[in-house]
Amino acid sequence: MKISAIITLKKDVLDPQGKVIHQTLDGMGFKDINEVRQGKYFEIDVEENDPKKAKGIVEDMCKKLLANLVIENYKIIETQ
Amino acid sequence: MKSSVITFPGSNCDRDMDVALKKFGFKNKMVWHDDNELPKSDLVVLPGGFSYGDYLRCGSMASKSKIMHSVINFAKSGGLVVGICNGFQILVETGLLPGVLLRNKYLEFICKNVFIKVGHKENPFFKNLEKNIFEFHIAHNEGNFFCTKDQLKEIEDNKQIAIYYCDKEGHIDEQFNPNGSIKNIAGILNKEKNVLGMMPHPERMIDQSLSGEDGSLFFKNLINNIK
Repeated sequence: MKISAIITLKKDVLDPQGKVIHQTLDGMGFKDINEVRQGKYFEIDVEENDPKKAKGIVEDMCKKLLANLVIENYKIIETQ
Repeated sequence: MKSSVITFPGSNCDRDMDVALKKFGFKNKMVWHDDNELPKSDLVVLPGGFSYGDYLRCGSMASKSKIMHSVINFAKSGGLVVGICNGFQILVETGLLPGVLLRNKYLEFICKNVFIKVGHKENPFFKNLEKNIFEFHIAHNEGNFFCTKDQLKEIEDNKQIAIYYCDKEGHIDEQFNPNGSIKNIAGILNKEKNVLGMMPHPERMIDQSLSGEDGSLFFKNLINNIK
């Protein structure tokens, strides 16, 4: 089944890319933005079909490789 | 004295490091990332470059490669390990060093000479050095050292800050900080002081006719400290 993981920077971590995107959007006329934070999205197809177990596998991946927990948070979503 | 330089797919300072180590008396071996065994070594160097194309996070893939199990064991048993630039990024990804290296504050790849000041000399890498301020070269996109407040306190208390970015006279100030690193940190040590990670490249400063000699001082001192 397909499981998604969203990796985002923690609140206190500087995100220069997000800032530049914010400025560019602002320049394009999108004036009502408070903040832009850039993250990563993974879609992982695992053999496991039990949603709980599949999410557990992807969570393990997040902890061990996909996210760096010093600066990033992860969120796991069942997509299929 | 025996050294090993690990080559990952995408390493590009490995041969410069080999030249530097041999010039100052190390018997160096190049070790492929997919090998299991580390040759008998007094020093292991993780060189600069762009291992695995900097995919996911710089150094994250290389930190999981086969040889790294041996490098981690070597470090945990007290062996000396140095990571330069991408090597530093790999070391933080293994957890041997605290913190992370973020994208440079102004989103630019920085390639220039900088001055660095030695933070602490009570470690095998910098002890006995006469000079405190060195001119080294940096070339990186992700050298912005970041850690939590608790980690920062811990590394300051344990004298783990190896080097700071500074000016020619050794003033450590935000205006001499090229990449936004916390406290101008250019390199750190682990708690036990046998693992060093630094963004500047001493191996690019070993020949007066090409660049400078400050790297020579570093390597000469290092081999004398290990002997």
